[in-house]
Amino acid sequence: MDLQTITYLVVGASFALYIGIAIWARAGSTSEFYVAGGGVHPVTNGMATAADWMSAASFISMAGLIANMGYGGGLFLMGWTGGYVLLAMLLAPYLRKFGKFTVPQFIGDRFYSKTASTVAVACLLVASLTYIIGQMTGVGVAFSRFLGVSSEAGIYIGMAIVFMYAVFGGMKGITYTQVAQYCVLIAAYLVPAFFISLQLTGNPIPQLGLGSDIVGTETSLLAKLDLVVKDLGFDQYTTSMPGSMLNMFMYTLSLMIGTAGLPHVIMRFFTVPTVKDARSSAGWALVFIALLYTTAPAVGAMAKLNLHGTVNSAVGLETQADGQLGVNPDVVAANADLYATEASLRYEDRPDWMKRWEKTGLLKFEDKNGDGRIQYYNDATKNPEAQAKAEAAGWKGNELTVNPDIMVMANPEIALLPNWVIALVAAGGLAAALSTAAGLLMAISSAVSHDLVKGVFNPNISEKNELMAGKISMAVAIVVAGYLGLNPPGFAAGTVALAFGIAASSLFPAIMMGIFSKKMNKEGAIAGMLAGLFVTLFYVFAHKGLFFIKGTEYVGLIGGPNSFFGITPEAFGAVGAGVNFLVAFLVDKVTKEPPEHIQHMVEAVRVPRGSSAVDGAH
Amino acid sequence: MENNGKTYWGTVLGLLTKILIIWFLVSFGAGILFASALNSISLGGYPLGFWFAHQGSIYIFIALIFYYAKKMGDIDRQFDVHEE
Repeated sequence: MDLQTITYLVVGASFALYIGIAIWARAGSTSEFYVAGGGVHPVTNGMATAADWMSAASFISMAGLIANMGYGGGLFLMGWTGGYVLLAMLLAPYLRKFGKFTVPQFIGDRFYSKTASTVAVACLLVASLTYIIGQMTGVGVAFSRFLGVSSEAGIYIGMAIVFMYAVFGGMKGITYTQVAQYCVLIAAYLVPAFFISLQLTGNPIPQLGLGSDIVGTETSLLAKLDLVVKDLGFDQYTTSMPGSMLNMFMYTLSLMIGTAGLPHVIMRFFTVPTVKDARSSAGWALVFIALLYTTAPAVGAMAKLNLHGTVNSAVGLETQADGQLGVNPDVVAANADLYATEASLRYEDRPDWMKRWEKTGLLKFEDKNGDGRIQYYNDATKNPEAQAKAEAAGWKGNELTVNPDIMVMANPEIALLPNWVIALVAAGGLAAALSTAAGLLMAISSAVSHDLVKGVFNPNISEKNELMAGKISMAVAIVVAGYLGLNPPGFAAGTVALAFGIAASSLFPAIMMGIFSKKMNKEGAIAGMLAGLFVTLFYVFAHKGLFFIKGTEYVGLIGGPNSFFGITPEAFGAVGAGVNFLVAFLVDKVTKEPPEHIQHMVEAVRVPRGSSAVDGAH
Repeated sequence: MENNGKTYWGTVLGLLTKILIIWFLVSFGAGILFASALNSISLGGYPLGFWFAHQGSIYIFIALIFYYAKKMGDIDRQFDVHEE
């Protein structure tokens, strides 16, 4: 069977599985629709949370991003995992004890104010909608690259699949499909990583392989990689950091706080039976996330070494008799001259996978010095030694452009793994994109049907009608998300950072103060949310344009790019959160304290006893 | 009960503070602020600061959450506020 047929079979089988689950897990009540009936086992919920959390970007792009950034890529690894510690200890168990369906409902009840819950709904909708644009384009990209259909067709297929289980199954359907999607995506990520780690280091566990010696030598893999990239004019892999240390610090902190404040993640913890389960479930979620997140840096570093080894024989990798890429220990140990003429790969000798990916445009070769060989190095280097060597060797500029996404997508081909592994990676990428999109759609539709329709416009709506409203808003949300995916607004690229910024600067501080400060009143909370949101948007828009419209950047007005202590807009969410806390406490000091019954409510939320089944009724 | 309630919350806050200090030290401390100093020590083939940023802090995060969950269970029982 050829690759295309196997890919269709594997992806088709995974879709049949999701639809089967959809038929089995239909939602019959609002409790099932919003929180899967509140009876999800903590380990199951952890797995669903992991699938919900890990998007197409985590699956396809993260390893490549780390490969490019080196040590500095650790900010994504720590930022997107450290938030779960905050979530587990500061928010999840208390929100579960509160026992309602949505995040805005908590904010509205705790701060006894419809204004507060409306502000929360607005933050939630903006954060989730901006996030989902990226997911829908991710679905399109995954379909078009793996299955060879157009990305528009891919988005339609994705919408149809999500429609089936999200509209009829609500949170219940989504939870159990996400469990299946997690299994598919983690297998797809780990299998190629095992093989590549085994080939390079003789140790199949990538987390250990990354810290091992290259097979047959006494040179550690990271030391070799450092040596190769440095010699070719790139920054040393294990120490390179984009921007300042302060920026890395703030970026990491913003991602952590943002992670803990993203509503589609928080709401997963409403589905477990008890407060105790909410605590451990966050731990399980992180276990399942860490499986991928600790493998990603190994995949990134190894794929980077593989790529350099493929185009430059002096690195010490060679194509073996069976066609696989293997290590030549003598060349590795010799640290041969990377700039020798013979070392650069002849273009006509390039492996098949390079030919295949050249067709997609993700890999480009341009023979600048006309010698018919591929020279891959950093021609913009400031390292005088590398400049001199390139000059002496007659290199006229870097000749290979590589899209970082290749690190994961072409991984099994680079290692020449069997076709079923390549097909599995396709199914994994699609599972990652679909599971995150579904989680976001759930957050959007519950905010609309529960917090707006029931909470604001029609509090007396019957359960049956509310369930219907939930299903309709889910269907509308899917259509809107699909439309935005098909016609991404010009600003799509920068929006995921915005979602984290909003979650960090508005939602996280408001929820945390609602639990940890008994005296925090509605004036303080609302002023804090608005102030945090405002400074964050002000700083982001200064760099990226008012509402991301090109030409309306006003970065000069704030004194040039990154003028706030060199902090980039992506890293600004933590500053926004600080402003939120500060303003809330100042306003709280000069206004009157919250009513007695609210203070009792906070006391009740703090102790686990008395937790009952989740109940959305007021 | 009022008094009891205060001690319970105080004990919880004590635990949270302890865990957050470790959370901060492994990620922002070892992974960022002191990473370059720690890089002179190696853990197998890993420079230690790099290891904390790319691997170690994640493992410690997991351990922290399960430690928290277990300790909170103990505290809940000690103050008799656990779920039935």
